[in-house]
Amino acid sequence: MTGPAGTGPARTGLRGAVSRTASRIRPWRLAAESAAVAVALAVAFPLYWMVLSAFKPAGEVRSAQPVPWTLNPSLDAFRRVFGQQEFGRYFLNSLLVAGTVVVASAVIAFLAATAVTRFRFRLRTTLLILFLVAQMVPVEALTIPMFFLMRDVGALNSLLSLILPHLAFSLPFAVWMLRGFVKAVPEALEEQAVIDGASRTRFLWQILFPLVFPGLVATSVFSFISTWNDFLFAKSFIISATENSTLPMALLVFFDTETPDWGGVMAASTVMTLPVLVFFVLVHRRLVSGLGGAVKD
Amino acid sequence: MSALAPAPQAAAGTAGASGESPRRSPGSRGAAARPARQGRWTPWLYLAPALVVLAGLLAYPVYQLGLISLLEYTQAQVSGGEPTSFQGLGNYAELFADSQFWHVLLATVLFAAACVFGTLTAGCALAVLLTRVRALPRLLVMLSALGAWATPAITGSTVWVFLFDADFGPVNRVLGLGDFSWTYGRMSAFALVFLEVVWCSFPLVMVTVYAGIRAVPAEVLEAASLDGASQWRTWRSVTAPMLRPILLVVTIQSVIWDFKVFTQIYVMTGGGGIAGQNLVLNVYAYQKAFASSQYSLGSAIGVVMLLLLLGVTLVYLRLLRRKGEEL
Repeated sequence: MTGPAGTGPARTGLRGAVSRTASRIRPWRLAAESAAVAVALAVAFPLYWMVLSAFKPAGEVRSAQPVPWTLNPSLDAFRRVFGQQEFGRYFLNSLLVAGTVVVASAVIAFLAATAVTRFRFRLRTTLLILFLVAQMVPVEALTIPMFFLMRDVGALNSLLSLILPHLAFSLPFAVWMLRGFVKAVPEALEEQAVIDGASRTRFLWQILFPLVFPGLVATSVFSFISTWNDFLFAKSFIISATENSTLPMALLVFFDTETPDWGGVMAASTVMTLPVLVFFVLVHRRLVSGLGGAVKD
Repeated sequence: MSALAPAPQAAAGTAGASGESPRRSPGSRGAAARPARQGRWTPWLYLAPALVVLAGLLAYPVYQLGLISLLEYTQAQVSGGEPTSFQGLGNYAELFADSQFWHVLLATVLFAAACVFGTLTAGCALAVLLTRVRALPRLLVMLSALGAWATPAITGSTVWVFLFDADFGPVNRVLGLGDFSWTYGRMSAFALVFLEVVWCSFPLVMVTVYAGIRAVPAEVLEAASLDGASQWRTWRSVTAPMLRPILLVVTIQSVIWDFKVFTQIYVMTGGGGIAGQNLVLNVYAYQKAFASSQYSLGSAIGVVMLLLLLGVTLVYLRLLRRKGEEL
């Protein structure tokens, strides 16, 4: 995915090194490339099967001799999914929760990442270690105290009870990953801005923020996914107000039976995967460079 | 580290500059009025929202988790029917006396180890493979990996269960397994979850390690080949050592993620498998708390997990420190 940009000097270097033995290498490369294509097909197969099964008519999904194609694609499964009570509402709830978490955690993490990369202060290293340790906290184990906390603040059964915990859980990793992006902005720029008379606040929002924005988007993928994914909190905190439920709950309705409606499950899975996939494809370049940054530091 | 070294001076320089700025441009009075104070408190101001959120929604629940694990806390206490009573380490004693806990702990460790090993092996092998192929096959692998990476754990789980379904799944047809049920046996159910976990987590390893291999400077590789190093030797003595920091990070991340695996086990084995044969700690804690209302036992399991992961983190920080790296 690093594409042409990544195939710079290192590549030619490698080429140069192996060119002496090129004739001996060629069959190997052919084998390697066949292996790569085989791997790509195998890895993509589950997703292909998911979309395929979503479009297959019910009879073909429940066939004992499944075939990897369909001659009469149908939208029946999608109709069943969208016809399900309030599915659209669940979808919107999911979007709303994930969207709020993404925006809020991006802004908060941006400020925190700026603090720990642009300033030297006592406890800085301690804080960084705390952010690292916070990532280790098993979210699911906190379901119990979180449940009581949400009950005590009266957020139970509302979307807020999904937004708040996910905000807390996605922050540490977001801060951790954003550090690299903030650090990449040259210090000289800040000095220049100050000389030009910009206040710190102005520098922060009008110069630093736009520069770090691509990194923010990449970081957001992780908050988005973990929030979008969540069914545990939705299951535990949204007890009586089903109108505040989210997409995974709708998916599990089709899944959690003795005889699952596989067409429906696959259609709902497709609907649920699609937004994430789109998000991913849009930001994947930054994602890779961002991870590189998070990893290298 | 070396990249970080000039930072303090630069920061100090900036602070100094902001002190002088008012004379140049009277417009910005904010920075001018209290230069020293602002320089000192600004980071904390920026950190405040994050710290408030983490204190209220992470630290406090962790504290509560520890507290509940020391109390008698069941449905009666939740509804307020009975007062809570302090149990000391009673819940832990009960937990440690339960042989199922040790079984689950062992299964969790082994399963996580298998997943970490599988993920790293697949990720690294494919990263190396990517360096040996031309652009098109590489693009194909990257795209498919991206797809697997982006798939939410819950939909990934449902799809894999369907693929291996005894009645309608294609895998059993292709392998000629008839109506063999993968989720019935303990090992086969774990194997199925293992495959899904590796499938959705190897892309991260592959992409980072591949980026790491690419980042090895060409001159170094050339020098090695000029010195007559074989490809294997170059890999072992040049590339691998340069990749070590990256490998360390992805290993630790994998350990953390795989140790905490919840969604896959919960969805694929229907909440922990037949008679709880596929339970891992995370699911076990959840079931104890929410299925049987033994909140204090569930919390005690949570505390055990937390401590184990904390141990892993400390080892990680140790390794980072030993290399003299700064955060």
